[in-house]
Amino acid sequence: MSNHILPIKTYVAVFIALMVLLAATVAINRVSLGELNIVAALSIAVVKTFLVVLFFMHVRYSHRLIWIFVGVGFYWLTILLALSMTDFLSRTWPPLGR
Amino acid sequence: MLRHQFEDASQQRESAVLGMWVFLATEIMFFGGLFAAYTAYRYQYGAGFAAASHHLNMLLGAANTAVLLTSSLTMALAVHAAQVGKKPAHIAGLLVLTMLLGCAFLGIKAVEYHDKFVHHLVPGASFVWEGTLTRQAEMFYYLYFAMTGLHAIHMLAGVGVVLVVAILAARGRYTPQYHNPLEITGLYWHFVDIIWVFLFPLLYLIA
Repeated sequence: MSNHILPIKTYVAVFIALMVLLAATVAINRVSLGELNIVAALSIAVVKTFLVVLFFMHVRYSHRLIWIFVGVGFYWLTILLALSMTDFLSRTWPPLGR
Repeated sequence: MLRHQFEDASQQRESAVLGMWVFLATEIMFFGGLFAAYTAYRYQYGAGFAAASHHLNMLLGAANTAVLLTSSLTMALAVHAAQVGKKPAHIAGLLVLTMLLGCAFLGIKAVEYHDKFVHHLVPGASFVWEGTLTRQAEMFYYLYFAMTGLHAIHMLAGVGVVLVVAILAARGRYTPQYHNPLEITGLYWHFVDIIWVFLFPLLYLIA
């Protein structure tokens, strides 16, 4: 339930994990992996999001109804991005000049 | 503190949190439009975006990410302090710290914006680009200013709300039984932090 109180050490542990992931993002960017660079950077951002949402925002210990609302929010975003890109990926853009 | 339409404090708290998440879902879609525009243009103008991104200061971006993540920690600790019934000064102190970190973020952002104005990297009539793919680079800066600008407005609003909550906390308004405003302010703050977690790699780290 949302009344669940997390110990301070959980918050500190999550914070340390977030900082390590930030360092990893910067470090991986220094290595050239081509297309994999953006995949790695966004994967790390998604992991950070999970940590913040589940612990700092207490969703891990919240009512299931909250889980649905959180999930739906991100699901809509996926629909927006995925369906828009099906269009852009399957058409050629007019040249821009310069 | 229990309003008459609620059965008990726990139901009141869950309603507040649920309402906040509905608002945050609309915020996800609000920023989502910009993220969708970014995705489409980056797919098409990858080379110009990479060249334009090199003019952003990666160290300042990383420092700002660290500042925001730290502010999320102090915010989470402020909510925790209210949950376990710490003294008003303790809760308010953590909130003031959160606010100061938010201001530090905006300060660093202002330094970056100033640099872009000085170097004529603000899109529009005065945009000057030394190199090829001028239009693509300009589009990158349109999106850079739109996305970081919208985020900065959210930060400004956040700093204002945290200030109000800090004053109320200092007056001893938040107890283990009732601290819903503090809790949902925290949700907003963490959400704005998450937006930046995506903006940083997308704008600053185009290899």
